[in-house]
Amino acid sequence: MIASLKMFYTTVGRKLVMALTGLFLCLFLIEHLYANLLLYKMDGGQAYIEWTKFLTGNIIIRTIEFGLFAGIIIHVIDGLYLTLHNKRARPVAYQVSRQSGDSSWFSRNMGLTGSIIFIFLIIHLRTFFVPHRIFHAENSIAYDVAAAFQSNWYAALYLVAMVLLGAHLNHGFQSAFQTLGLNNHKYLKPLKIAGTVFSLLIMIGFSSFPVIFYFDMFGIATNILGG
Amino acid sequence: MEETINLKLKIWRQKNTVTKGYFETYDMPGVNTHMSFLEMMDVLNDRLIREGKDPVAFDHDCREGICGMCSMYINGRPHGPLKGTTTCQLHMRFFSDGETVTIEPWRAAAFPIIKDLVVDRSGFEKIIQAGGYISVNTGNAPDANSIPVPKVVADEAFDAAACIGCGACVAACKNASAMLFTAAKVSQLSLLPQGKPEKDIRVLKMVEAHDEAGFGSCTNTGACEAECPKGISISHIARLNRDYVSASLKK
Repeated sequence: MIASLKMFYTTVGRKLVMALTGLFLCLFLIEHLYANLLLYKMDGGQAYIEWTKFLTGNIIIRTIEFGLFAGIIIHVIDGLYLTLHNKRARPVAYQVSRQSGDSSWFSRNMGLTGSIIFIFLIIHLRTFFVPHRIFHAENSIAYDVAAAFQSNWYAALYLVAMVLLGAHLNHGFQSAFQTLGLNNHKYLKPLKIAGTVFSLLIMIGFSSFPVIFYFDMFGIATNILGG
Repeated sequence: MEETINLKLKIWRQKNTVTKGYFETYDMPGVNTHMSFLEMMDVLNDRLIREGKDPVAFDHDCREGICGMCSMYINGRPHGPLKGTTTCQLHMRFFSDGETVTIEPWRAAAFPIIKDLVVDRSGFEKIIQAGGYISVNTGNAPDANSIPVPKVVADEAFDAAACIGCGACVAACKNASAMLFTAAKVSQLSLLPQGKPEKDIRVLKMVEAHDEAGFGSCTNTGACEAECPKGISISHIARLNRDYVSASLKK
């Protein structure tokens, strides 16, 4: 057993950690998207508030939440380690580098997109998680979400982060299956397509919130913020 | 029909492993377009020798794309702009008149420069020594038909065995990872019945040797597959990952 754990120290094992935590975080994104879509119910944010109450009141969900934070931290630290380790593997850069189009720019810059998403995540937690879960904010969570998107810079930051998240997932999703070894000639194409569809759904889904709330489309923001 | 082009060559010069390297530019007038890239380098070196200068050191051997000796990072791509070829198979007709051609060595911490464009690729040998073999049994060679190998498996193993160990995968990879090389060697042996008995220990030891040699980790960018002169697929890396996990869990 101990000998088996040694695998996580090798380059292959460390990538395995990235894949497993990455896929776990993908599951969380699906839940988060579902929750956010409840804001579109035109019920003054009631369904959203109740869903968050259900999550925070459930002991199993609260336990998984620790796993979620652990997952994020491990994904970030391991990603940082791998990025630095890989930089060391090529100390002198090429003067001219014309990479083949078969390898995308985003696949080669996961560290960069990941870092920006992480910075966004910190700000995002500061905006919603800290006031609502650690302190007890006066406004409802639905009200604060709608209000936050009235800010130019927050809506813009959210939008940029979600586009980058889509790009990060477009490579990361199928890459995770490659790392887990669940990939061969037969599955490569379907996995790539599934990854692109998933990342597009996440990107479009989450990007809709800053756009719809900022411009108060369909009166959704007014419905929650009140006339 | 003879056609010639004029080129400017920007070549990395480095005296030895410890000294600092630099780019030197050479005018190359009247390059015959039917020459291979290495023949063009020969013409340059012939001129440098006549001028009493130090010729450019570069690796080469068979000059027919099978030995894996030639390297060179030409105009930002390992083995130059053509897909599925080595530098020796690249001809000057793929360059245009007046072009500046930048020639660099493979760049990786695990491939230290010996001189100019020659790098030390013994990191690959260490990976092979760690497990890229099957333990030989003594006695007569067994009858080939007594070991059944399905055609698809034999083809898959053969595709992996096409690796010539040139190092273009490492050169192309942004992480200077040798995963495609390692995976090709692991696949080639582990797919076949003769290599199966040592499948687990092989993958564990070869990955360990890969890391020890100072290569980076694979981030699945696919750059290696795109630049491999033998078109080796990254699905072999997936197989290595799969075998690695299962071997680790059994340990």
